[in-house]
Amino acid sequence: MRTCLIVDDSAVIRKVARRIFETMNFQVGEAEDGEKALAACAETMPDAILLDWNMPTMDGYDFLRALRKVPGGEKPKVLFCTTENDVGAIARALHAGADEYIMKPFDRDIVTAKLAQVGFHGEADAA
Amino acid sequence: MTELEFDFLRSYLKTRSGLALSAEKRYLIESRLGPVCRRFNLAGLGALVTALKGSRDLALERAVVEAMTTNETFFFRDRTPFDLFRDVLLPEAMARRATQRRLRIWCAAASTGQEPYSLAMMLQDAAARLAGWHVDLVATDLSTEVLEKAKAGLYSHFEVQRGLPVQSLIKHFEQTGEQWRISASLRQMVDYRPLNLLHPFDALGTFDIIYCRNVLIYFDAPTKGDVLARLSASLAPDGALLLGAAETVIGLTEKLVPNAQHRGLYVQAPAAARAPAVRVLPGLPATDTGLRRVVGL
Repeated sequence: MRTCLIVDDSAVIRKVARRIFETMNFQVGEAEDGEKALAACAETMPDAILLDWNMPTMDGYDFLRALRKVPGGEKPKVLFCTTENDVGAIARALHAGADEYIMKPFDRDIVTAKLAQVGFHGEADAA
Repeated sequence: MTELEFDFLRSYLKTRSGLALSAEKRYLIESRLGPVCRRFNLAGLGALVTALKGSRDLALERAVVEAMTTNETFFFRDRTPFDLFRDVLLPEAMARRATQRRLRIWCAAASTGQEPYSLAMMLQDAAARLAGWHVDLVATDLSTEVLEKAKAGLYSHFEVQRGLPVQSLIKHFEQTGEQWRISASLRQMVDYRPLNLLHPFDALGTFDIIYCRNVLIYFDAPTKGDVLARLSASLAPDGALLLGAAETVIGLTEKLVPNAQHRGLYVQAPAAARAPAVRVLPGLPATDTGLRRVVGL
């Protein structure tokens, strides 16, 4: 089963995102900041990461830069998911190795579309 | 709404826009035309029917027809028809038109512009190969309201996140407050025009590639057949027609056939089967001598 790590300091966002990913047949893990996310990735590298920007301890941007340097860290598709919506932030995120970018607020259609963008299709699309 | 009023509205919409509503679609009329009644200070659907029957109020007629159209669309909708454009249709059309260096593309149900702009982005990506070419990208829709939005090229946070890769967002759009505006160079590539597909469209000329997606589904079979036959007449002999995933030509016209390799792609039927369609071509506007050359007439 494909796996996804949801990294966000908001428990509400993690819950909403988890539901969406589970209906798309992902096995979902959660982390509340970049440091915990990095530890989770060291244990098992997920196929996809939904990544918040502003978090305590280690933010999403620093996490992504660290992730892309560790062995196997180039593999996960990383989708930033943040309220940082200006072009400069998007460009920085892409430069740091993000595969896609979701501007909050998001809904199921956006997540589904963005996952398809990076190669994860829903069951309906798979056929 | 009484049965008589419902029947009147069904037949009214059928005549004006081709919309074929089955008996169980009462709710759609009620939910879409309720706001129109309020806008025009009409007490309800009964009063609306009386007003439509009573006098010709063009603004009201247009509002009724436009309120019943479905304008859902997004950038690169269904993806495959656009991959096909980039990888197959555009290179093949360029090879066939290498002498004329002219391509004509038509989005026949352009809605709020996402489809023509998706094609425009791909054309811009191919700009180096298209240097010295003249490319017409015509986009039409029944609804002038959606065309205004398309021309403005201004999209919400949600609209730019469905189907559009983020790289394309930062390459082709600029942020204006909460919204995103598509670049002026892309806006200039698209020629938007109001058009009701029930009316003649041969004056638009002949096209190499036509996208007519997710509009025929709202028509009944005779209307589908009629529109498809006229699309065939507007399509170059070696042209390509793209329909929506739930649409087909089968059983509706003899003039077009599905392409065996690509789902959703239709081409002109072999000459023997479509003799009557060829006769339509001399009907091209007299000014379109360039087009006659393009289609080899």
